[in-house]
Amino acid sequence: MTDKFISIEGIARRYPGADGAPITVFEDLWLSLNRGEFGCVIGHSGCGKTTVLNILAGLDEPSEGAVIVDGQAIEGTSLDRAVIFQSHALLPWRTVLGNVAYAVTSKWRKWDRAKVKAHAQKFIDLVGLTGSEHKRPSELSGGMKQRVGIARALSITPKIMLMDEPFSALDALTRGTLQDEVRRICLETGQTAFMITHDVDEAIYLADKIFLMTNGPGAVLAEIVENPLPKDRGRIDLHRHPLYYALRNHIVDFLVSRSKTFTAATPDHDPRNVPVVRPGLSEPTIVVAPSLVEASSAQKIAR
Amino acid sequence: MTFSLRFRAAVVSIALLAAFLGIWHLATRSTATTTTMSPEYAKLMGLTATQGKSAMPGPLDVGAKLWEHFKQPFYDKGPNDKGLGIQLGYSIGRVGLGYLLAVIVAIPLGFLIGMSPLISKALDPFIQVLKPISPLAWMPLALYTIKDSSISAIFVIFICSVWPMLLNTAFGVAAVRKEWINVARTLEVGTIRRAFTVILPAAAPTILTGMRISIGIAWLVIVAAEMLVGGTGIGYFVWNEWNNLSITNVIIAILLIGVVGMLLDQILARFTRMVTFPE
Repeated sequence: MTDKFISIEGIARRYPGADGAPITVFEDLWLSLNRGEFGCVIGHSGCGKTTVLNILAGLDEPSEGAVIVDGQAIEGTSLDRAVIFQSHALLPWRTVLGNVAYAVTSKWRKWDRAKVKAHAQKFIDLVGLTGSEHKRPSELSGGMKQRVGIARALSITPKIMLMDEPFSALDALTRGTLQDEVRRICLETGQTAFMITHDVDEAIYLADKIFLMTNGPGAVLAEIVENPLPKDRGRIDLHRHPLYYALRNHIVDFLVSRSKTFTAATPDHDPRNVPVVRPGLSEPTIVVAPSLVEASSAQKIAR
Repeated sequence: MTFSLRFRAAVVSIALLAAFLGIWHLATRSTATTTTMSPEYAKLMGLTATQGKSAMPGPLDVGAKLWEHFKQPFYDKGPNDKGLGIQLGYSIGRVGLGYLLAVIVAIPLGFLIGMSPLISKALDPFIQVLKPISPLAWMPLALYTIKDSSISAIFVIFICSVWPMLLNTAFGVAAVRKEWINVARTLEVGTIRRAFTVILPAAAPTILTGMRISIGIAWLVIVAAEMLVGGTGIGYFVWNEWNNLSITNVIIAILLIGVVGMLLDQILARFTRMVTFPE
């Protein structure tokens, strides 16, 4: 429990419905991630994935519960948690360098211009945009814009990177290259990352832990899937790994059928002790059964 | 061989101008029969009666008079006889002053309205009532309270140019994309810095559009206001020349009002282009 870096503790999100009765998008959501881990949340639209991410980012507040990051309950946004937005969200009146430098000056107010520029340049180089520093976002392709978004997020050297379907608006080829970049950067820097996605293969390639959410309203975190694939997996030969299909089928099965029926089929589901599943060569095996964990120790969700 | 669109449009424009001037010239040339009369009576009656000249000046008369004004734009021969340059200067000065005051009030207030839903709702009824009031309706009240016709005119310019700027600023500020605000929030940018580095550049094109509408309205209103307050300015000049029955000068004044209005609009259009960003 000491290395639990992000801990979402029993958060809920409700909003007033048309008849005044509150509608619950999700409630009693417990989820945690260790330092340096890459977590992906998968679920259908409307299950509150984006809300979870926004709460983590501090852009939104939970109706109940709290989020603890690095031992401290979060309150509002922080420079420790960088967000890569789905729609890149670059400031169109600034150049590539200007956009990254804006983030850098926000973190280090007292830096002089040359230092800010050098620091920003380092991250522009890191995402492979050397030579485009003085272009405006309108002159860039979708993939390049998202690279700037990544550079901007990384430039403030955050403790956590939060990504809300960052590649969903890109074509398949660009998406692939950017996934490679993100994976390389995260492995190199030991970055803790949390990502929302719709794309099963993206989750399998990038994530160490995949969080499966049931359909909303009233969505719950149904399962935590541990990625059994080796750390040095490549995007190109991912599907050749013997465990790939077991993992993929498990997630797809969940999305296709179990996400709808899970709540009804599992009445004794304990949101504090979500089963951790590690798909193997045969059937997926439960490595940590909910019943094996003492219910009192809420902190030990994952293991 | 095909010419560029711009060139062809210029040719059509010139042709239209020539046709207009030609028709104007033909319509106002001397056609009526001249009656014989004693020389002294003829002097009293003027050229209309003696040579059958139309009372409406032709383009050549206007051109000649315009040339006269151009040679001497800044003469000052007493309160009722000043050069056109001086009259236009007074009008532009009043518009500039009233407009500047409106900018100083409308843009910060518009920011406040755009950023705060509370203030927006609280001020909305006042704005809705005050906005449709014709700026000239304020004139008697302004004259009574300010007791200075020139400052009253400036006040009228202020009140007519404040609304488009206020509403456009409020709209532009309120419509700044949520994602840009969120970027600033995740970077822990403070309110003041956020206003200047995110909201202002994002809303600038809308604000400038409001300012461009305002300068147009201000220039429309100054002519009418100066007709009322009198003394100086191009509006007063028009009315004075009407009293002098100098249709030629009235036409020249109309032309110049149009040209100055266009120039003011073009200046603001240039500023708008400077702050517009492609997406």
